[in-house]
Order: sequence, then structure tokens, then C-alpha cells
Amino acid sequence: MNEQELLLGAEVIARAAIDEGLSGVYAYPGTPSTEITEYIQQTEEGRTGKVRSAWSVNEKTAYEAALGMSYAGKRSMVCMKHVGLNVAADAFINSASTGSKGGMVVVVADDPSMHSSQNEQDTRYYARFAQLPLLEPSNQQEAYDCVRYAFAFSEALELPVIVRITTRLSHSRSTIIRRAATLPNPLKPDTNRQKWILLPANARRQYQHLLDLQPQLTEAAEMSPFNREWVGKEDSTTGIIAFGLAYNYVMEVNTRFNLQLPVLKISQYPLPEKTIRNFTQRFQRVLIVEEGYPIYEELLKGFFGNEKFSGRMDGTLPRTGELTPDALIKALVPAEAVQPVATPAIVAARPPELCQGCGHRDLYDALNEAMDSFANRHVFADIGCYTLGALPPYNSINTCVDMGASVTMAKGAADAGLHPAVAVIGDSTFTHSGITGLLDAVNDKAAVTILISDNYTTAMTGGQDSGATGRIAAICEGVGVDSNHIRTIVPLKKNHAENVSVLKEEFAYNGVSVVIACRECIQTARRKKKTNV
Amino acid sequence: MTRNILLAGVGGQGILTIAAIIDHAAMQQGLYIKQAEVHGMSQRGGAVQSHLRISDEEIFSDLIPLGQADLILSLEPMEALRYLPWLSQDGAVVTATQPFINIPNYPDKEQLLSEISKHCKDVHFVNADKLAQEAGSPKAVNVVMAGAAAQYLGLSPEQLLESIRSLFSLKGQHIAELNEKAFKLGQTS
Ligand SMILES: Cc1ncc(C[n+]2csc(CCOP(=O)(O)OP(=O)(O)O)c2C)c(N)n1
Repeated sequence: MNEQELLLGAEVIARAAIDEGLSGVYAYPGTPSTEITEYIQQTEEGRTGKVRSAWSVNEKTAYEAALGMSYAGKRSMVCMKHVGLNVAADAFINSASTGSKGGMVVVVADDPSMHSSQNEQDTRYYARFAQLPLLEPSNQQEAYDCVRYAFAFSEALELPVIVRITTRLSHSRSTIIRRAATLPNPLKPDTNRQKWILLPANARRQYQHLLDLQPQLTEAAEMSPFNREWVGKEDSTTGIIAFGLAYNYVMEVNTRFNLQLPVLKISQYPLPEKTIRNFTQRFQRVLIVEEGYPIYEELLKGFFGNEKFSGRMDGTLPRTGELTPDALIKALVPAEAVQPVATPAIVAARPPELCQGCGHRDLYDALNEAMDSFANRHVFADIGCYTLGALPPYNSINTCVDMGASVTMAKGAADAGLHPAVAVIGDSTFTHSGITGLLDAVNDKAAVTILISDNYTTAMTGGQDSGATGRIAAICEGVGVDSNHIRTIVPLKKNHAENVSVLKEEFAYNGVSVVIACRECIQTARRKKKTNV
Repeated sequence: MTRNILLAGVGGQGILTIAAIIDHAAMQQGLYIKQAEVHGMSQRGGAVQSHLRISDEEIFSDLIPLGQADLILSLEPMEALRYLPWLSQDGAVVTATQPFINIPNYPDKEQLLSEISKHCKDVHFVNADKLAQEAGSPKAVNVVMAGAAAQYLGLSPEQLLESIRSLFSLKGQHIAELNEKAFKLGQTS
């Protein structure tokens, strides 16, 4: 146990949860959170089912299942990327009212700089919104300690506890030391019906209870082992409040240039008021360093702006994107900021691309040709590998907003009179949140053509099981699409002409049609071949 | 002792295997490690890098500050240049010379190599493809490159070899020996 282990931040979270008596993890894949669940799946506990770990269809179903396991008295964890919490938000906010029973930890991985995402929303806003406690570890060892603490804290308070990480921590390796493991909880369902049935009378009581708990949550943050001061020089007129991982960049610069600036590190919320007040009173100037939105900078500055505080809002630090050590050098020791050598002009951009031998390529070739005869070429796409159809040479798609939006946006545009109204959606995205939109289209007899590019996997995030492999056509039929207009094609070069004519026929149909393009993902196919020999 | 190493390549080329070897060796030598890597979108044939920091003192930032990398270790020449802003003034570049061409506007190879030499005094070009073939597998390019960079890592070469044995023996004796050979060929390249 005292041996060091080298793990990714995401893996550390998984390890800590298992060591803390986890009974089940629920998740839908999403960078940078995917590796948490993948790690659990390949452990002894995951493989034998001692910890259940199969993928959920989306973040909302995952969240609710984790809540159900907690209701039954066991410890559960739900993991997602930041935008996943938008999908799970209804369950999330209301679970702050019901509370939980067995320890329940909600791990949300934010992606500042949008390395693999469509926005850089900050989960700490959601924690404030729901009035739930949040932990934000600064490094791998602290991630281990935070997760173990979070389960016990959740169980003591009977509230879900959020652990927020970002891409940098999730995808960075370092060594950790583990502690002795805790046994899982026995089955012991909660019998307090007033707590769980959120009829208005109960909901009002539960909400009041949540408000009454707030001083206790703040007190826990005041006492938290994760909130502490790094004592700098005594006569400093500048102090720094560093939140979560931002602490690393501050300390990198603080030690390298021997600045000796006092740093208050915050990794547990709600904000410990007394600690913050005592710290800020000592300085003329306080730099607020947050890896994310300037939430607490805004709060501390106040509506009319207190000049004492600086950070991302006044340009001392960049307003957007992931922090870097260089951003902190500029803010703290501008004279030392190096003018870096530029990347030579000869270096060409190398954006990601669809793999050679990927079926999405042949589908887009067919789609482009089928759309050729229309003056209005609009294709509503969705999120997955096939979003790369936005790039040359395809330039096939016009939109990518949020998971499932292709189907419903095509429907709305069809309602407005656009023809053809075409959606492209992957199989995993379809099960995540395309099915309900398809039902809307069927109920409204909308003239839309939905192309489901079915590669039998969730490819974008690394090839996790997809929710309904082999059952996509049956689902469409069950939803009410006319079986004559559920067409299956195989996107291969040799079928090109035939595929173009299938697409044209369905564009011409004045109703809901679905074309399912079936061809296994080249990556998963290769991996299977490798393990078979 | 602190070493800031920037590993560069294209998604799928195997920079993370190099990282794993260095990590393992650094751990055996009792050093602190932080290694930031890229997962997700860019792994689809895009440019990828990994910031690897090893030290006998606590490391704070997962990212290497600009101008602070002691070494850029690249599996392909254009990617070596992409991260030039991170290279320290007396830093080294060790790069494989075989281009990885998956874009239509890939620049001229000779021009790339001369650009690298222009910006950096301590350059080591490695015909890694050929050496990997010689070791017995074209896939061993990354281990050849680990060998070529061995002298810059601040780690003992014996420990690095030991780490290769330990990491690859899981895949069988033959694979372990092949990679050991690849590493040695890289070392003497
Ligand atoms: C709400 C939400 N959850 C998760 C993700 C991460 N994500 C992006 S694409 C994708 C899966 C796409 O799978 P599929 O639709 O089958 O397309 P493929 O990549 O296989 O082509 C996932 C999980 C996201 N962007 N948004």
C-alpha cells in the first residue's frame, strides 16, 4: 500500500473510489472524463461485477441510476464531461433537494481551452446553483484524497458531493500513495419517503433543509484539509488566492522566481468566508487565479468593482482558456516573461481527420453527390467523429451544436419549409438523445431525412460500447417511422451509386425517413483483429 | 536535477510508449514525475504532444513553461519544429527524419531539416525507420527514438533498458528483446 503508483488523474479518481468502497459507477463517455470508468471496467472489481461499471445511454440516465444506488444505501459515483451535466441537470438540481443516502460522488471533468469540446463552461457554477459542496483537487495525490473524503462527507451529510477536475489533471500522470481500503456498504434502502417524494409540500421542506445545511458546508470548508495557506514572506503587500489546479501554476512561478508571495489555496467549496476575509484583509492587492470562469473573482470584486482584486476580468490573466505557467509569469513577474521563439512559418497545421478506411468518408461522398441537385444545401450534423465532415475535402455539414440537435434542428427547419431537411447523427449520439427527437418528427409528420452513421461503437471517445448496436432499425420502427422508409446502406466505394440513389429517393419522400449507414469503425475492427490472433 | 522533455508526434505514432519508458525509469530512480498527455479529438491523425517533467524536487506545473524544455523528442521532423517556442536556448532536438505525411501541404523534408538546424545548435537526426527495421519491426521507431534521446534524459541508460524489459516482457520475450535491440540501435545512432 505504501508503494507509489503512477496513474492518470482520471485513473486516480477511479482508484480512490474503489478503495473507498464503491459499489457502482455510472457514466456516458466524454473527454476528459472517459478514463475514469474505463479504469474501473478493467480492474478486478469491475470485471467481476463487484463494482458495476457498464456504460449508460446518457448522463441523465447515469445520474439517476447513481442516485438510485445511493438510495439503496450503497456508494455510487457518476462521471461525465462538463456538458454532460447540462444533460443531467434536472436530476442533478433536484437531487440537492432529495439528498442522497449511500455516499454519492459526482465527478465532472471540465475542458478549459475546449481541447475536445464545444464550450468551456465551469462546473463550479452548477455547484453554486445546486448549493452542493464541491471539491477541486490540484494534483493527483489530492485527487485521491479528495475522492475518499467526498464519499465519507456525502454519506455524513446525505448530499451528493461534486468533484471537479479539468483536462489537465485528468490527462496528466503522476505518482500517488494509496491508503487502506474501506468495505462497500450493505444494502440498506432509505425508508424516508418524505425526503424522496418531491411533492411541493415535501420539496419546500427539503429545500429549507438544504438551506439550513449551508452553514455546515461552509464550516467544513473552513476546516478542510484541502484549503490551506502557503506561507510566504511576512511583509508582502500582494496575496494570491489560487483555486484548484491553478495553485500549481502559481507555485511554479512563486518558487522559480523566489517571490515568496503568500498563497491561499482553495479546493473545497462553498467558499470558506472567514478564511477568505482574514486572508484578503492582510493585503493591498489580491490576485485571484481560477482555472475556469472568473466566478469567485466576480463575487469578491462585487457588483461595483473593488480595485483590490484582479484576475481574469481586468486582463491581469487571460479572460478565456486554460491557464499556463506563462500566464502567471506575465501576471506576477512581467519583466521575466520571455518572448518565445515563434513556430517557423514552414510548419503546416495538422488538424484531426477521419481515418483512412472510415465509413463516414464514404457516407459523406454519397451525401455530397445526392445534395448536388439542390440549391439549398443544408445538413444538420451532430457530435462525434463524423463532425469532421465539416472539414475539407467534404465540407458536408452546416451545424454541430449539442448531442441530438441534428434530428430536432432538421425537424424545425423542415417546419419552416426547408427541403431537403437532412440530419447526420452517429449511433451512440442517436441513443444518447436522438430517439426522442425522432418521435417528435414522427408525431408531426415532418419531412426530414435522418442519416444514422452506425459504426457499432462510440468512436470519438475511443470506442466504447454503443447503446443499441444491432437494434437501431427496430428502434426507429418502434418509434413509428414507416418501415418502407427505414433504409439500410453500406457506405463503401463500390456501393456509391446505389447509396446516392437511396438518399435521393428518401429526400423526395414527404415524411420521416431514416437511412442507416452500417459499417464497423476501422479502429475497433483493427483492435478486434489484433486480439483474435 | 530537473528535465523538461517535450515529446512530439502525430496521433497514433506512439509517443506515449516513450513517455511510459521514461516515467518507469524515473520512478525506479525515485524522482518526481508529471506527464501531461493528449487524449481525444487530436488523436485522430492530428498533432499530439506530451509534456514530461522529471525532477528530484517537487514539480508543480503539469505544463512546461515556454523556453524551458531541455529536449524536444519528435517522431517526425515537422512536429519537432511545432514546439520550438518551448525549447530552451541551450536545449536539444532529437528527431526522426522520416516525415509523416497526412496533409496535402506537407513541406519539403530537406527544408524542414535545415530549419531545425538553423534554430537549434544541439540537433540529432535519426533515421529511425531504418533502425527499427534492423531491430525487427517498423513499429519499434518510438523505442529507437527513446534510445537516441537516452543521453539527454538525465536517467541511467541501464535503468532505461531495464524499464523496457519490464514494460515489454508483458507482450512476450521476443517483443522485449526486439525493443531492447531497438533502444540500443537508437543509442548508438
Ligand atoms: C453531452 C455530451 N456527452 C458526451 C460528449 C462526448 N462525445 C462527443 S461525440 C461522442 C460519441 C459519438 O459517438 P457516435 O455518435 O456513435 O459517433 P462516432 O464518433 O462513433 O462516429 C461523445 C460521447 C459530448 N460531446 N456531449
